[in-house]
Amino acid sequence: MRNVLAIANKELKSYFASPIAYIVIGLFALFYGYFYAVYLQVFLRDSMSMSQMGASPQAMNVNQQMLRPVLQNVTVLLLFVLPAITMRSYAEERRSGTIELLLTSPVSDIEIVLGKFLGALGLYAVMMSVTLVHNGVLYFFGHPEWKPILTSYVGLLLLGGSFLSVGLFISTMTTNQIVAYISTFSTFLLLWVISWIGSFSTGMFTDVTAYLSIIEHFDDFTKGVIDTTHVIYYLSLITFGLFLTARSVDTERWRG
Amino acid sequence: MIEVQHLTKRYGRFTAVDDVSFRVERGEILGFLGPNGAGKTTTMRILTGYMPATEGKAIVAGFDVFDQPIEAKRRTGYLPETPPLYHDMTVQDYLTFVAKIKGVPTNERSSRIKSIMAKTRIDDVGSKLCARLSKGYKQRVGLAQALIHNPDVLILDEPTAGLDPKQIIETRQLIKDLAGDHTIILSTHILPEVSQTCQRIVIISKGRVVAVDTPDNLTARLRGTETMYVQIDAAGSNAVASLERVAGVTRVVESDRHNAVVGYEVESEQGRDIRRELARAVVTNGWGLLELRPMRMSLEDIFLSLTTEDAAQGQAAEETANA
Repeated sequence: MRNVLAIANKELKSYFASPIAYIVIGLFALFYGYFYAVYLQVFLRDSMSMSQMGASPQAMNVNQQMLRPVLQNVTVLLLFVLPAITMRSYAEERRSGTIELLLTSPVSDIEIVLGKFLGALGLYAVMMSVTLVHNGVLYFFGHPEWKPILTSYVGLLLLGGSFLSVGLFISTMTTNQIVAYISTFSTFLLLWVISWIGSFSTGMFTDVTAYLSIIEHFDDFTKGVIDTTHVIYYLSLITFGLFLTARSVDTERWRG
Repeated sequence: MIEVQHLTKRYGRFTAVDDVSFRVERGEILGFLGPNGAGKTTTMRILTGYMPATEGKAIVAGFDVFDQPIEAKRRTGYLPETPPLYHDMTVQDYLTFVAKIKGVPTNERSSRIKSIMAKTRIDDVGSKLCARLSKGYKQRVGLAQALIHNPDVLILDEPTAGLDPKQIIETRQLIKDLAGDHTIILSTHILPEVSQTCQRIVIISKGRVVAVDTPDNLTARLRGTETMYVQIDAAGSNAVASLERVAGVTRVVESDRHNAVVGYEVESEQGRDIRRELARAVVTNGWGLLELRPMRMSLEDIFLSLTTEDAAQGQAAEETANA
């Protein structure tokens, strides 16, 4: 565990020593702010028309009608931002030869993988913490429910973790960060749209593709529901991604 | 301390290391010598647990590198060909990180880092980014990294590559100082390096060990006949005939000529010192003796003869196979 933390700490530091952390967080903050502002306008306009029609203000739910669409847009944003976090994880170590240091140190492959994963997750958490500002402001002026917000964060953590573990795996297969970014982005996109093909029919095929789709499992979290089906889906995806990462590093050893 | 038995590494159909066996005793410095691509780095990578061997066994500090890799790695320090530095870290941060993952206890960490930095003379660059260091400093930080957990075994892949002559001498001295406490394997394709630093040499070519011996023995073993080089000023006289009459001389060959000054290679019976007789013969003939020295086979010659011999044999075998 000590080794895992040492590696995670090193990873996190190296993100902030390079422009990646600042670009990722900066762009995320910019777009998040933009989505937030847009949906706030939409919400205000809708509230206004509702009250003009004589409905009570309670008919409008800030969680459902504002935060949920914002979060849906955030997930799209993750599609673009997260590959940038994992693209260098292994690729850079292999390119600069520092992988030789890690693999010849008394540290197991699993510890290295977990360390790298936690490091990436740490940067993701820092990036997400930007949204606390917006939600804080919302609390100050409105009365949102905190439980759906909390479950949304749990969902975001699981979704992000899944993306990062897959990205980590792809990063082990190349020394080129651009190749890593594009392959990771494409894989994310595929995981995202895989349910579309099944949406024209019903039956097994539809169920399977819907289950595989990474985004179908997210929506419940924004409604304040923690369904174990979704938690298990994300946790298995994370485990599978990390397992593949460890196997890939080991294969690389054999191949030389 | 290190025992390598029948180590073989294949990449697909290409055999990089072919049935390599050798031993290194505690406190010894072993030189690993071979042309580029001979399999030095691959062997070292197997010893450090970076990659597994296809066949064979390697035991480092009493632990099999394949069965108990963590224990073996705990006792091994490794400097790869390119020092494995994180360019966005300062030297101090880098060594702290390495100390952590190499399992240096927390309470000893800072004192260890300090003493290693002094030992490798990098204490003046502690707060510099690794990316900003010169080649020589990078190499030394790499060495510090390998030493930080005070390993029993040190494996250095071309530790002096790319350094300037002064740094090379300093690094060699540092390596010599480290022997005794540590068992060292170093690889190089520079010959004087092994003769100056190593107690024993393993010569490897095309993945195979072609010789294991001390530098002196290797020189002696391959010398064969004793050859003297004589340069004399003997205008117009028949020097070859006169020199051949000297007792013990078996053959005289003219090697170079600048007007009246001629150089000869004089071969003699093995174990017989003919310098005195040779000098007397030159002087009695009234010639000027300009130079007289034994022609030892240098490590370069040994190396070349061993590696090319091997290649010639290989080629012959291939031809036979084709025919």
